[in-house]
Amino acid sequence: MIKLKTPISEEEIRKLRVGDTVLLSGTVVTARDQAHKLMIEEKPDFVRDDLRESVIYHCGPVVRKDDKGEWHFVSAGPTTSAREEPYQAEVIKEYQVRGVIGKGGMGARTAEGLKNYGAVYFHAVGGAGTLIANAVKKVKTVYKLDEFGTPEAFWVIQVEDFPLVVTMDAHGGSLHKEIMEKSSKIADELIHQI
Amino acid sequence: MDLKTPVLELIRKASSDLPPDVEQSLKLAQAGEEKNTPAWNVFSTILENVQMARKQSTPICQDTGSLVFYIDYPEGGLEREYKKAVSAAVVEATNLQYLRPNAVDPVTAKNSGNNLGVNAPYFHFNQWDKKDIRIRLMLKGGGSENVSTQYKLPHSSLGAGRDLIGVRKLVIDAVRNAQGLGCAPGVIGVGIGGTRDISYTLAKEQLFRKIGQRSESGELAQLEIKLYEDLNKLGIGPMGFGGKTTALEVFIGSQHRHPATFYVSISYMCWAFRRKTLHIINGEVSYDD
Repeated sequence: MIKLKTPISEEEIRKLRVGDTVLLSGTVVTARDQAHKLMIEEKPDFVRDDLRESVIYHCGPVVRKDDKGEWHFVSAGPTTSAREEPYQAEVIKEYQVRGVIGKGGMGARTAEGLKNYGAVYFHAVGGAGTLIANAVKKVKTVYKLDEFGTPEAFWVIQVEDFPLVVTMDAHGGSLHKEIMEKSSKIADELIHQI
Repeated sequence: MDLKTPVLELIRKASSDLPPDVEQSLKLAQAGEEKNTPAWNVFSTILENVQMARKQSTPICQDTGSLVFYIDYPEGGLEREYKKAVSAAVVEATNLQYLRPNAVDPVTAKNSGNNLGVNAPYFHFNQWDKKDIRIRLMLKGGGSENVSTQYKLPHSSLGAGRDLIGVRKLVIDAVRNAQGLGCAPGVIGVGIGGTRDISYTLAKEQLFRKIGQRSESGELAQLEIKLYEDLNKLGIGPMGFGGKTTALEVFIGSQHRHPATFYVSISYMCWAFRRKTLHIINGEVSYDD
């Protein structure tokens, strides 16, 4: 088990390999569909400091506001990352992001971006909403809440020991590609046999 | 009688309390994996999360899905009254964070914030001869809905003809294409026949069955068993990390088709298989998985 804390250096990230299990602590920013579109079309500065050498999380959480007006994460597992494929590599470059957390993996363009700019793709366990919310210790701030709504806003959070698996590394390795190829071969054989 | 309170409890249970038959099948799946592999670790996280969610009364998954209600009601009942009570319960469940606001207007991109909207939640009504009320709820996640799909037979590139062997080929193809994206291991609902829309509905309705509940049709029950074996040979595994369990269960239903059409729909349900039933019998409220 590898412990990582943001900010993460390029050297640290390049040491990671597909299959490594990681406990991540530090600052993470949630961003999904509308957020990625905005980061490419308008390149806003408000998330720049939070994202530099830090990690993006593809997540649309369930949140609660307490009596003092502070936000808390109630349930916060990963959402499907594939939808951000058109934007991800450019976002990593533009905001110097060191990692992306999501589920389902990403495509060739992102894999190339991870290699070129020094970043990895971390897989969280899809559906583990309550468990992951318990690893979120603090909501630091939120951007675009009114405009994008709860699931789509940028939530800047402090996490402690967030359990992750590296499924795409900064050397071109991808567990998703490997499993796709293997399972596809088995599926073709089955389909032809029956 | 007050319907809002028991429906609110139905929603809380659906969101935070995974049905025991599903939890049991996840435990069995873990026992089939080698210890300390990524697949085994995924099941540990899943099972720990299931217990935490139940204890804390918080959503198992943050994607609390699209809400699909099936309401069976006795003679004299009014659909608008049921809709009104259920909608009020949905709004309150959203305020209590049992549900995430998941209703987005596709034209304005605005989230309604309370899970209400056009066909949100979606209601299937059925007036029956009994005096009881039965409300079934399914929370259908977006990720698993996105990998659900529909085919028509014959399908030349898969070499699939208009028979149950053809159906078997299509389901293997659909699960291969889904990989881990629908939050594998999944429960696979299959609908054969009908028009395009009803074919999807039939596939989804299969998901109200309990794990292990075979089709009443001998041929379909056979096909369910065969497909369960086929799919678990694929090696996709939990979350698509590789492993022995790709599907927890396969449920198949059929209905008559037009001579010219032969649709096969696949409704993929994630491992967080959230369904609950509320019964009101002689004014007594009870819940079932």
